[in-house]
Amino acid sequence: MLITLLRNPKVRGFIFQLLTVMGLVAFLWYIGVNTVANIEQRGIQTGFSFLNGTAGFGIDQSPIPYTEEDTHGRVFLVGLLNTLIIAFAGIILSTLVGVIIGILRLSKNWLIAKLARGYVDFFRNIPLLLQILFWYNVVLRSMPSPKQSYNFFDMFFINNRGLYFPLPAYNTTFYTILGGIVVALIATIALNAWANKRKDTLGEDFAVIPWAIGMFILFPFIAYFIGGSHLEFSYPELRGFNFKGGKTLSPEFLALTFALTIYTATFIAEAVRSGIEAVSHGQKEAAASMGMSHYQSLKLVILPQAIRISIPPIINQYLNLIKNSSLATAVGYPEIVTVFAGTSLNQVGQAIEIISMTMLVYLVISLFVSAILNWFNNKMKIKER
Amino acid sequence: MIYSKLAKISLATIAILGLGATSLSADTLAEVQKQGFVKCGVDGGLPGFSEVGSDGVYKGIDVDLCRAVAAATLGDAKKVKYVALNAKERLTALQSGEIDMLSRNTTWTETRDTSLGLKFAGVNYYDGQGFMVNKKLGVKSAKELDGASICLQTGTTTELNVADYFRTNKMKYKLVSYDTNDQVLKGYESGRCDVLTSDQSQLYGLRIKLEKPNDSIVLPEVISKEPLGPVVRQGDDKWFNIVRWTFNAMLTAEESGVTSANVDAMLKTANPDIKRLLGVEGQMGENLGLKKDFAYNIIKQVGNYGESFEATVGMGSPLKIKRGYNALWNAGGLQYAPPFR
Repeated sequence: MLITLLRNPKVRGFIFQLLTVMGLVAFLWYIGVNTVANIEQRGIQTGFSFLNGTAGFGIDQSPIPYTEEDTHGRVFLVGLLNTLIIAFAGIILSTLVGVIIGILRLSKNWLIAKLARGYVDFFRNIPLLLQILFWYNVVLRSMPSPKQSYNFFDMFFINNRGLYFPLPAYNTTFYTILGGIVVALIATIALNAWANKRKDTLGEDFAVIPWAIGMFILFPFIAYFIGGSHLEFSYPELRGFNFKGGKTLSPEFLALTFALTIYTATFIAEAVRSGIEAVSHGQKEAAASMGMSHYQSLKLVILPQAIRISIPPIINQYLNLIKNSSLATAVGYPEIVTVFAGTSLNQVGQAIEIISMTMLVYLVISLFVSAILNWFNNKMKIKER
Repeated sequence: MIYSKLAKISLATIAILGLGATSLSADTLAEVQKQGFVKCGVDGGLPGFSEVGSDGVYKGIDVDLCRAVAAATLGDAKKVKYVALNAKERLTALQSGEIDMLSRNTTWTETRDTSLGLKFAGVNYYDGQGFMVNKKLGVKSAKELDGASICLQTGTTTELNVADYFRTNKMKYKLVSYDTNDQVLKGYESGRCDVLTSDQSQLYGLRIKLEKPNDSIVLPEVISKEPLGPVVRQGDDKWFNIVRWTFNAMLTAEESGVTSANVDAMLKTANPDIKRLLGVEGQMGENLGLKKDFAYNIIKQVGNYGESFEATVGMGSPLKIKRGYNALWNAGGLQYAPPFR
């Protein structure tokens, strides 16, 4: 009876899977119990109550108010936001650079194509960490001290402490202008949808871009007057050791963003180029034989198919960029690995809790980004009818 | 370098996670004797405290303590395996059992002594935090530093002290924190910050590494107490006693005038204190679970505290730091060892 049951491949398969799962659970349980026992034996504190403890150390760049008297929980938040900022800036910039370089690589102009290729081959093959350190030292060494800053119109300053620029005060005018931009954005999207629909039904083209540009200039301009035409700026000013007022981008942030952009853009460029080249040559010829111009065939035939092919590898690059941002610790940019898994960990000594939280952060961000992009990918996929 | 650091942190984490089965380190001494060397965590890049000399050998006052423990436990001061750690890694490395002891200019604080699961076995250097600035700035006192950018090593008591000091004095500062002292020094040299802050002994050590040491001055203010000393894990009293009494043996030797040069002659002394120290009389070594002559080995191979101090950070070294608080208690300092009795 038992033997015959074992001879049944379905039953056998189930038993082996069950054994594997049980083994895995037992292994994890064993590790967990041992860890707790060892930690208790050494008298190391456990649990997450440290998050309410006072941090006591300063953080230079924080998007939210932070003082030394805030808690480690707040440090976690500051680190998380700084990670998101660097990831966001890196993704936007590397996409811009990557797409442009990818298209330039296919240029018929020999020099442009070779330059683009040289850029990709050069920066793709140097470890990112070295690039970050290189750019950081270049920024630090080549820039003057605050007293000898490069000065642009008394509004923008560059020195070895960072890039300083004026910041508008958050008053009514500022918010109405912001509102104007949002209205222009919504109007553009609506106009685009309307134009597409018209194209589908009447087959007539409508040039959206000139209208969009016009709206983006006109709407904020009108909003400026509606809001009382009263914009105030806080200008950076040299006082004592450093500049005060305005907004600063630190050398750490600049070097890190620059290195991440330059590095990731090479991979995105390759994804874009391979996407375009993967579209069968016959498609282009078919478009030409239908009388489409070069621009039309690119816009209507080649790129829609190329984007479809490029999206999955580009998603990978975005995820890499997010994870690579943890190399910030090399130059001391206060993102989550530097301040939370670094400084906080050292002050409270609870490695397991802190490292787990940090890993979880990257996991959640990455899953979130890939969820969004997978949705986008599905939307762009060929809809088979 | 960063990869190796990440690797170390994750290794340490894995070690904490994984070493359950063997329940490591209940008996560090047995383990040290089995492996045949002491795994000692040091800074590795700090002149006077622990750095690799031109001959490729580790030197410094912290290194001497590692060597002394090796001499006491294994009879040979050379049987040390040094693990260079930065400030962020050091405590985790000790907690996880990656090293047997930490001798890396680490400040003794309440938190570290309690909730971090560590124990400080003594103070081998009484220090305090200070500031170094470029002479060009014309700053004469730390009170004039309002608004300055400050470079420091992260993961230290330094960044807590500096936060407290500026807050109490109602001054603002911009923090630029790096992982290693080398990066801190680079940041300071390139002008990323106006001020470099660290323990005073380190400031002197770092200053001689600058391209133009004489352009920088150390400000007179000392803003904190920094008792630096060797650290071990909680839960192994035997090992804790060995490290503590190794250091005490060095202090006692200096107090009773026993040096590496005269220790052989001293074996025949009539002085009962020295007889007990060197194991001619009494059970001192056995009480610690060591051989009778453990202190003899320390003094013969490493020297007494005074010898070690002068050769590494004192007048016999480029740092030329005066004994100050680190003189023996009977010479106006704070170094005081309980009696060998």
